[in-house]
Amino acid sequence: MERHYLLGNEAIAHACLESGIGFVSGYPGTPSSEVVDVLRAQKDPPFYLEWSVNEKVALENALAAAWCGLRAICTMKHVGLNVAADPLMTSAYTGVTGGLVILSADDPFAHSSQNEQDTRCYAHFARLPCLDPAGVQEAHDMVGTAFALSEEFHLPVLFRPTTRICHSKGDVALGAVVPNERKGEFHKDPRQYVVIPAHTRILHKKLNEKQPALKKRLVELGLNAYTISGKTAVIASGIGAAYVQELLPPNVSFMKIGAYPIDEAWLGEFAKKHEKILVIEELAPVVEEAVRQVAGCVPVFGKINGYAPYEGELSPGVVAGIMVKAGFLEKNPFAAPSPVPDLPLRPPILCAGCHHRAAFYAAKKVFGPTAVYPSDIGCYTLGLQLGAVDTTICMGASITVGSGFAHSDPLHDVVCTIGDSTFLHTGIQGLMNAVYNGANMTVIILDNRITAMTGHQPNPNTGVTATGVETPPVSLDAVCRACGATFVETVDPYDMTGMLRVLEDAKAKKGVKVIIAKQMCVIVARRTGVKRGRYAVNPEICTGCGTCVRFGCPAIELVDKKARINELCSGCAVCARLCPVGAISLEVRR
Amino acid sequence: MSAGFDILIVGIGGQGTILASNILGEACLREGRPVKGAETHGMAQRGGSVETHIRIDGQYGPLIVPGTADLLISFDLLEALRYSHYLKAGGKMVVNRHMVLPTSVFTQKAPVLTEDEIVGQLARFDPCLIDADRIAAESGSILAQNVVILGVASWSIPLKPESLLGAVKKLVPPKTIEANTRAFEMGRAAGRKN
Repeated sequence: MERHYLLGNEAIAHACLESGIGFVSGYPGTPSSEVVDVLRAQKDPPFYLEWSVNEKVALENALAAAWCGLRAICTMKHVGLNVAADPLMTSAYTGVTGGLVILSADDPFAHSSQNEQDTRCYAHFARLPCLDPAGVQEAHDMVGTAFALSEEFHLPVLFRPTTRICHSKGDVALGAVVPNERKGEFHKDPRQYVVIPAHTRILHKKLNEKQPALKKRLVELGLNAYTISGKTAVIASGIGAAYVQELLPPNVSFMKIGAYPIDEAWLGEFAKKHEKILVIEELAPVVEEAVRQVAGCVPVFGKINGYAPYEGELSPGVVAGIMVKAGFLEKNPFAAPSPVPDLPLRPPILCAGCHHRAAFYAAKKVFGPTAVYPSDIGCYTLGLQLGAVDTTICMGASITVGSGFAHSDPLHDVVCTIGDSTFLHTGIQGLMNAVYNGANMTVIILDNRITAMTGHQPNPNTGVTATGVETPPVSLDAVCRACGATFVETVDPYDMTGMLRVLEDAKAKKGVKVIIAKQMCVIVARRTGVKRGRYAVNPEICTGCGTCVRFGCPAIELVDKKARINELCSGCAVCARLCPVGAISLEVRR
Repeated sequence: MSAGFDILIVGIGGQGTILASNILGEACLREGRPVKGAETHGMAQRGGSVETHIRIDGQYGPLIVPGTADLLISFDLLEALRYSHYLKAGGKMVVNRHMVLPTSVFTQKAPVLTEDEIVGQLARFDPCLIDADRIAAESGSILAQNVVILGVASWSIPLKPESLLGAVKKLVPPKTIEANTRAFEMGRAAGRKN
């Protein structure tokens, strides 16, 4: 069979095409976004696809599709599942007719996330099956299994790849594409789909009755499996299983967990055949707790007794260290050399010419260092480096945390920043609430017309759908006014004078003031061919005062006590407006 | 632990490490060899330090352990030093002799290292230093630096140059095949045959 070198998310997307997918929804979130991005690039797809405005909306749409008998996938990152938790919990009761796979990508080490929560805990909480792949090929193969399992048990199935699956690559054998031939049709059944108390009590019982057969089926399908090789055993899940297999001595038994819930009787049989057991898994001790419940007097090594970390991601080096500590490996095969110390850091940074930088600069200039700056989730969280981000907790929480501050700390001005996609995701309710309850605060909507951080997915503000169909863009101004805000001003943040004036106006007024700082994302501008010309510093005028350098644009360097603009310049001209001596101007092409 | 050949490619988000990874992966497919890799995506790409792991003949996980890489390819001098501890004793290093100063140097007054200082610190790894910017410009495409570096590194990679070049031709935009072919060949000519 022909093999392809694919990203985990590309392999998962292709597996959806092989499964006769009929409906796709999701909200972008690293590391999950490429699944929908690959599917939305298909020409004339035999399925419906949307980027939804948030994960709850995405899941409810997909649930309806599955109630109509279609195969549906709904994608998000782990924290998105919190937003979708409300429909998730009760969808386990109503069940589905068409297969519904909910992909929730976990991010151990929080490479691009605000926490390290574990989707498997939601599966346990909702009593839904959860599949946990150990590699890219397995992630591909599990998608088909997930759809079949969902239809066999009439339950949504959680699918939990991690960053090191989604953003890993491997040589993958793909199957043939199976076009969707199902026609969706909803068959009314209030006892199934209207969860009034009288119905839901019965549905809850039915959900619980499905569990024993489900556990057995996961073993029959080979998703949970073992080989006995000795008196000691390692039990591993997810990508941890791949790391263990690289290190496992030949006389140690191995159990691989690829799906939950785990059959306790089956697990107990395995445990009893061994004298000690090590559990290797990322994040929460989900497998370990199951093992401890059935292990009896067999000693178990894992997170709970301090042999493995609760936090961060595993790696072959970390797993080797755990195996040595627990006595499963004689010595660590890796020398673990230290990195060269004290090198200048190179963290991610707002792009050269990013208009968020100009908006932050202006806000700080007008409101000063003592104002409180709640912010949100997006590229602009990098405004932390500019001293303009004081809080970030979850999507949409800039405005709500801001109004809480406004009611609790009247001594300080509150200036929130939130991106357009995040505002449409869960920001609107916060704005409505702030206006309704009379908060005094300024809200800056950083409007770049796109969901930039996750790879430039369109949103209702962009004017185009996920599949490229033109659609009327939502008016942020009208939305804010409809929420009751009376001060709503749209301004180009590259226009520093105008930006400062609007901020001064907002500062002088009571109530909720909304400033929409609107400008195209510089990456989109470059891709669509916007050419503004580069700026240059005249070294004879430059006094080396450092005003432009402190602006923090990666296109501006200080060389021999003079500013210099490098090839990253995108021509936003903000530095030229900041320079107190007028040393920066459009480069003259000779 | 692994009998395969582990390559770490490092650089700065936007320099084309992912295309380099795709070229190596495609070359493995052409030779029917298993391959695993791991990449940096998402916000971390925005001008930040990025790392791409490639494990030729990889059977297990995608991550390379520090101290075990057979080859370190760096698109930037400073990043070569930052990831130098990944190299095993006697491992090969191919480095673009150019540094982008991190903005932290200007905004947070981080210590400044000059290119010559870094070259001095890298000397113990006996790196193959290459002016990829210049060679790419000569090849006809300044964007082909990543392909130049792969050409240089091809002497140390256990894949046939034909497989690598075939992968380059398949993966670069059709209009740039000619320039990238030249970039690969000029890189290979500039590389070291040991």
